[in-house]
Amino acid sequence: MTPPLLSLHGIGKTFGSVTVLRDVAFTARAGRVMALVGENGAGKSTLMKVVSGIHPPDPGGEIRLRGEVVRFTTPRQAMDAGIAIIHQELNLLPSLSVAENIFLGREPRTAIGRIDWSAMKVRAADLLARLRQGHVAPGTPVEHLGVGTQQMVEIARALSLEAEVIVMDEPTDALTDVETRILFDVVDTLKAEGKAIIYISHRLNEIFALCDDVTVLRDGRMVHAGPVADLTEADLIRHMVGREISDQYPYVQSDAKPVMLEVSQLSARGVEDVTFTARAGEVVGFAGLMGAGRTELGRALYGANRLSGGTVRVDGAAIRLRSPCDGQRAGIAYVTEDRKADGLIQSHSIRFNMALGALGRLSTGPVVNRRRETTSVAEYMTMFSVKARDMEAAVSTLSGGNQQKVSLAKSLLTRPRIVILDEPTRGVDVGARRDIYTLINALKRQGLCVLLMSSDMPELLGLSDRILVLSRGRLTGSFDRGEATQERIMERAVA
Amino acid sequence: MPKTKPPATTMAATATEIGPPSTGGAGRVLLRMLADNKSLIGLIVLMAVVAAYSPNFLTVDNLLNILRQTSINAIIAMGMTFVILTAGIDLSVGSVLAFTGAVCASLVAADASLWVALPATLMLGAALGAANGVVVAIGGVQPFIATLVSMTVLRGATLVFTDGRPITTLSDPFWAIGGAYIQGIPVPVVIAAVAFGICWFVLGQMRFGRYVYAIGGNEQVTRLAGINVTAVKIAVFAVSGLMAALAGIILTARLESAQPTAGMAYELDAIAAVVLGGTSLMGGRGLIFGTLVGALIIGVLNNALNLMDVSSYYQMIAKGAVILLAVLVDSRGKSRA
Repeated sequence: MTPPLLSLHGIGKTFGSVTVLRDVAFTARAGRVMALVGENGAGKSTLMKVVSGIHPPDPGGEIRLRGEVVRFTTPRQAMDAGIAIIHQELNLLPSLSVAENIFLGREPRTAIGRIDWSAMKVRAADLLARLRQGHVAPGTPVEHLGVGTQQMVEIARALSLEAEVIVMDEPTDALTDVETRILFDVVDTLKAEGKAIIYISHRLNEIFALCDDVTVLRDGRMVHAGPVADLTEADLIRHMVGREISDQYPYVQSDAKPVMLEVSQLSARGVEDVTFTARAGEVVGFAGLMGAGRTELGRALYGANRLSGGTVRVDGAAIRLRSPCDGQRAGIAYVTEDRKADGLIQSHSIRFNMALGALGRLSTGPVVNRRRETTSVAEYMTMFSVKARDMEAAVSTLSGGNQQKVSLAKSLLTRPRIVILDEPTRGVDVGARRDIYTLINALKRQGLCVLLMSSDMPELLGLSDRILVLSRGRLTGSFDRGEATQERIMERAVA
Repeated sequence: MPKTKPPATTMAATATEIGPPSTGGAGRVLLRMLADNKSLIGLIVLMAVVAAYSPNFLTVDNLLNILRQTSINAIIAMGMTFVILTAGIDLSVGSVLAFTGAVCASLVAADASLWVALPATLMLGAALGAANGVVVAIGGVQPFIATLVSMTVLRGATLVFTDGRPITTLSDPFWAIGGAYIQGIPVPVVIAAVAFGICWFVLGQMRFGRYVYAIGGNEQVTRLAGINVTAVKIAVFAVSGLMAALAGIILTARLESAQPTAGMAYELDAIAAVVLGGTSLMGGRGLIFGTLVGALIIGVLNNALNLMDVSSYYQMIAKGAVILLAVLVDSRGKSRA
């Protein structure tokens, strides 16, 4: 085995009175991919922030890079020492070009100090070619690229830094299957070049497919470290949650109920001529590749995107959908895939966010009824087991899974009858996922109509009563629970 | 003091960040206000310094004088707070003040009943503000530009309406709005206090107030939560216009005339008061109480520089320096938090 490139010993981190990390140790070796796994809030992100110099570790902890003890006080120092992080939320400047993003702050200069654009483009093209992204022109503005390609730009930036340790935080969350495969190839290439990769993911199958070693964190402690080959998937889950998860997708059978939602010939931006119906107490899954129009369909059904044609009926009555107000009035709720931009006001409290859409119900006349608000919010926090200091904690302080729970609770507080869930488990760990699945089943049992849009195929197959497939804005397939398979869906999704 | 139950305490703790505290004992609330509101500490320090230098400062007459002089700016600044909380800005308040003041004066001069003249003026102010709101929320124009335009247009309209001359009002009941006392307290101060109470209630306790904070926090999220953002934005500018009109009435009554150049640069003092009070120009964060403190800081500063016989030329420089200092201290505190 190669010598350790980066090793941590006795790392602890406390914020005020809250201990986030306790005595964590791990070793990343050159030419190996180490998975870092754990539930949301287990401390993975904090640990990576310690490694990258954003947070200094508590005294007593030690970070060694190539055997030397290092102490980073700024992210720049970590970067210069050869540690690069590719964050879950990409840190690219959308209007700048690929090359400008790769060399941001380190642009190649000509002899007289001007930016050497041609050298920059050539070097960017080299890096992209190494990542098998030769088709991307270095001059393209990043905002014109898909999320997957943007991720490659981030990796190219890490390579341009000559980074030897590359941390990838949930890199495949926003990627399509094809993009994921390319990413895996790239990771293999980096591995062959002798880089040490730290790979953070919730997707267990990826860990088994890609990683050599695994370190498991639970509640801020390291609970397991060793080669992936020594573990089964069940072992790994047990280490992560500290308990067995027997049935990953708890499907419940429900009786046929009347049709609640009828959509006919609906057209909107990215959606063409979509017709379907959904029943009360039914989970209708929507499959499709990235950009197939799932999000656009969800937003249109809620009134967030303008309809250009077609009708939507709820309980037989046509509804007007010109703004989210109309959607809400018709009893429709939409839980966005993009929590940060569309879902929650990050700077405001859990209470403020959860109650926001439901204030009409939580008020006496125009005056907010604080007691009713507190009771409702507390009830939903318990029901969803939101982990937070209290309901006044700012949403930005919560982990991804907990934010998602707040986002779901916010929509359900409006007492909708039709719930549109857009990627409800993106960036959410195994334990919280399970909570969300249970919740979906509970909604179903209460007779709500659930539209589930997800890129996670096993999840769709596991929970849906029926799966509709979208491709380039059109419905291309419909499968009942019994007849849906990954292959059949994929075949329609690429149609 | 009875012990408050834990949820109530935590509620008040962060309520100070987004809405006023609604629970907890008075002493506790005061302590928290001091802790969360550096501008209040600033005001107290400023008053202590001035009192040490000038024996005439801490007299009842002078303090009432400060309050009266502050009331107009405080009222405008409270309206401005609504707009700034939604991440907007209203530059037209000074011109709205002048125009509504002139209309009010002409109504009073024409012997219209105050029961007609005052509501009509207030409604005019709200309508002018709402027009700003329509241009911003429906027209999609930046608030800075939209209100810059209405600032110019309304100043011109005021000059046209008054023919460039003051409109004098000789009506004792009208004068009382600006010059009389209730129980020894100047009427404008009473009006400002009532306006403060209403604004505090609207922002802290009403659904509308939540929406104001929400829009400033993240407009997109607010829209997707099914809230009519357009209507709230229009209403917010209407509030600002209404408050400017209220200030216009008080100023006109006090001077017993409407000056076509009244309210010039008042928007700057109002914005300064809001910012001194700790409200973020990015929206979403701030308290109406802070704005009141901010207005008082400016009022005390003006008064102190007068008492110390500082030339009015230097006064402007000193005022600017103090505002910069206060905002710097505040932003340093925030970035560390």
